[in-house]
Amino acid sequence: MALNVGCAAAPGQSRDNKTGSWRVFMPKFDPSACSKCGMCQLVCPEGCIRETEEKEFVPDYDYCKGCGLCAEECPKKAITMEQEEK
Amino acid sequence: MAIGKTCELFECGHRACGGCGAALAGRLLLKAAGEETIVVSSTGCMEVFSTPYPETAWRVPWIHSLFENASAVASGIESALKQQGRKEKVVVVAGDGATLDIGVLCISGAFERGHDITYICYDNEAYMNTGIQRSGATPYDASTTTSPAGKVSMGNRRPKKDMPRILAAHGSPYVATASIAYPADFMQKVEKAMNTEGPTYVQVHAPCCTGWGFDGSQTLAIGKLAIETGLWVNYEMVDGEVTKAKKVVKKPVEEYLKEQKRFRHLFKPTLQVEEIAKIQAIADRNFERFGTEIKLPPKKDAVVE
Amino acid sequence: MALEIMEGSIAVAQAVRRCRPQVISAYPITPQTHIVEALAEIVANGELAADYITVESEFSALSACEGAVAAGSRAYSATTSQGLALMFEVCFNMAGLRLPLVMTIANRALGAPLSIWNDQQDSISLRDSGWLQFYAEDNQEAVDLHYIGYRVAEDHRVLLPAMVCFDGFILSHTYEPVDMLSQEQVDAFLPPFVPKFMLDAKAPVSMGMYATPDYYLEFRYETDQAQKRAIDVIREVGCEFGEQFGRDYSALIESYRMEDAETAIVALGSICGTTKDAIDEMREEGRKVGLVRIRCFRPFPAEDLKAALAGVERVAVLDKNVVLGAGGSTARGAMALEVKDALYGESIPVLDYIIGLGGRDVRLEDIKKVVALCEQGEGDRFYGLRTEVL
Repeated sequence: MALNVGCAAAPGQSRDNKTGSWRVFMPKFDPSACSKCGMCQLVCPEGCIRETEEKEFVPDYDYCKGCGLCAEECPKKAITMEQEEK
Repeated sequence: MAIGKTCELFECGHRACGGCGAALAGRLLLKAAGEETIVVSSTGCMEVFSTPYPETAWRVPWIHSLFENASAVASGIESALKQQGRKEKVVVVAGDGATLDIGVLCISGAFERGHDITYICYDNEAYMNTGIQRSGATPYDASTTTSPAGKVSMGNRRPKKDMPRILAAHGSPYVATASIAYPADFMQKVEKAMNTEGPTYVQVHAPCCTGWGFDGSQTLAIGKLAIETGLWVNYEMVDGEVTKAKKVVKKPVEEYLKEQKRFRHLFKPTLQVEEIAKIQAIADRNFERFGTEIKLPPKKDAVVE
Repeated sequence: MALEIMEGSIAVAQAVRRCRPQVISAYPITPQTHIVEALAEIVANGELAADYITVESEFSALSACEGAVAAGSRAYSATTSQGLALMFEVCFNMAGLRLPLVMTIANRALGAPLSIWNDQQDSISLRDSGWLQFYAEDNQEAVDLHYIGYRVAEDHRVLLPAMVCFDGFILSHTYEPVDMLSQEQVDAFLPPFVPKFMLDAKAPVSMGMYATPDYYLEFRYETDQAQKRAIDVIREVGCEFGEQFGRDYSALIESYRMEDAETAIVALGSICGTTKDAIDEMREEGRKVGLVRIRCFRPFPAEDLKAALAGVERVAVLDKNVVLGAGGSTARGAMALEVKDALYGESIPVLDYIIGLGGRDVRLEDIKKVVALCEQGEGDRFYGLRTEVL
């Protein structure tokens, strides 16, 4: 591949690194219990929780490392961490 | 307020540990800063986990030069933008080692010169990138790989260096502390710092699950405990005067300390009552200095008619 | 051509002004200080639209320049000796980030012992940093090399920072007649800086990422290739300068009375002026001596040097620096190592003379003595030591 001068790179290419493979525990979202406060999205260190057009919060499992912060901080306990099955 | 912004300027796929407080700080500060921002990073955890060539997590213009010169590089960028009539804001993002230790010369120069830059220190209280060595931000008695607790050691022998006050003394118009445990407050402070002309500083407490020894799901909970016990204070200084500080119902420091492996030696094999009392005294001094204790009315005894 | 008699530092400052840097950042240090004082005055009087950042150290001076160039501005700094040593880390970084700059070095010795006087140990010690390095023989050349330096450094085939070195005090504080080009002439020769990439919110880029072992080697190769490409760019730009202003800088080395020379001296910087005078006198005595002056030390013109030295019987290298510990039981300076490398496989003896360190005066007779020593096959030593240390 061609190298960029000075080790510079176009933005956002970390998307090529699918950190979801690190996961041991997987967050399961229960939309029926969700109050749509957005706390899970706000506190995710990966920034991988998206709000859909239907106003549901969905993690991108390609990047979710399974840290469990979203489940811990969810005021409605609508997220549970389950052992990953590979 | 920028919380509603959905665009992620700090992209997925970075290599931070799961539950990383610094990664959350990076994400939140970019949400607050917005696209018209040029970021200067020091060497450190955030720089390394976000930029192995070519997989950068940054969607704003970003530069890393060295460990200790981020504020000098930022000075040059700000100066160049001014000369070119450009409007982008310059934000330094650096860890506590880069800020409180090795970068002090450059920071002092940049703040004294009055450049219009915002300096954000993500404080995870040690050199985490190189494997948890003590820095000037490491709290009293914390065990790190260069201040290990041992038969004749209780860990780090010095309290945290008071960098916010040092930079306020440089004439900074806005200095604030924040915590990733309170994301909205942190983001507001970043915005306020960026909208204040001159060199401004935000030091954000960013608990490190790997370095401090707690589960990654507890990052925010630990951050909240630090504030509730008075070992971290969220406050703002305008023109050198404290204008606002978060008040809390005081909890004993043990509640914070016992959750982290770096303080384990204070509880096992024997309870170190005197050492914990010294840490409590640090917290008490903070409560006193900032007036942040909420005094609850004494609990009424069983109603007696 | 209107010659003006000026102090070297002032002439350099006036040349820098004509290069229109937008950001200047420097820190006072003898014998460089007159340059940045003069520039401060120029900016204060509104004669140059630049931001002058008065930093707290040389380390920040170069770091600020790095930021300014990364943001798309032409920048300038100057330093010497201890200041350059303090910049060491930034020097390597800037070259690796491929950020062009011109920085003047008023060459001075490095401590300890502390010395404010001239030799070239400071910039020579940065020879591996990836910076282009030009060495001026006189103040006219020092001035012209700033224009050429920016053109070469900012050329997209090169994109490397450049040091323009001139000997501290010997040139920096000496009054010489100089032809200062007009602003219009410099503008015609040196267009505004056009970065290949820069920090810009309209087109974000990440600069200064880290390279894993999968990539690092290739980035170092590419930076070395940029040095190699600079050889042709210097020839091209130097030639264009000659066509426009009558002073040709297309050669990276200068040969002086090398026709039929038996003994060749190789040297760098202002010592070459004295050497030329000594050669003139020796030539009158019928001795076949010539000089090859290295104007550009990085990139090192090894092939040009080999061609220039073809046919000589011996080479005397004058090194105003010393590579401590090199050369086994004999002494070596950095240039001798380069010359020996360039002549590897040839049977020409190369003898080195560590000379003029820390401001020790090098006189015409010294050059003649060096040539005599070389003819006797004696060299690879410090020249002119006080006898009590021997």
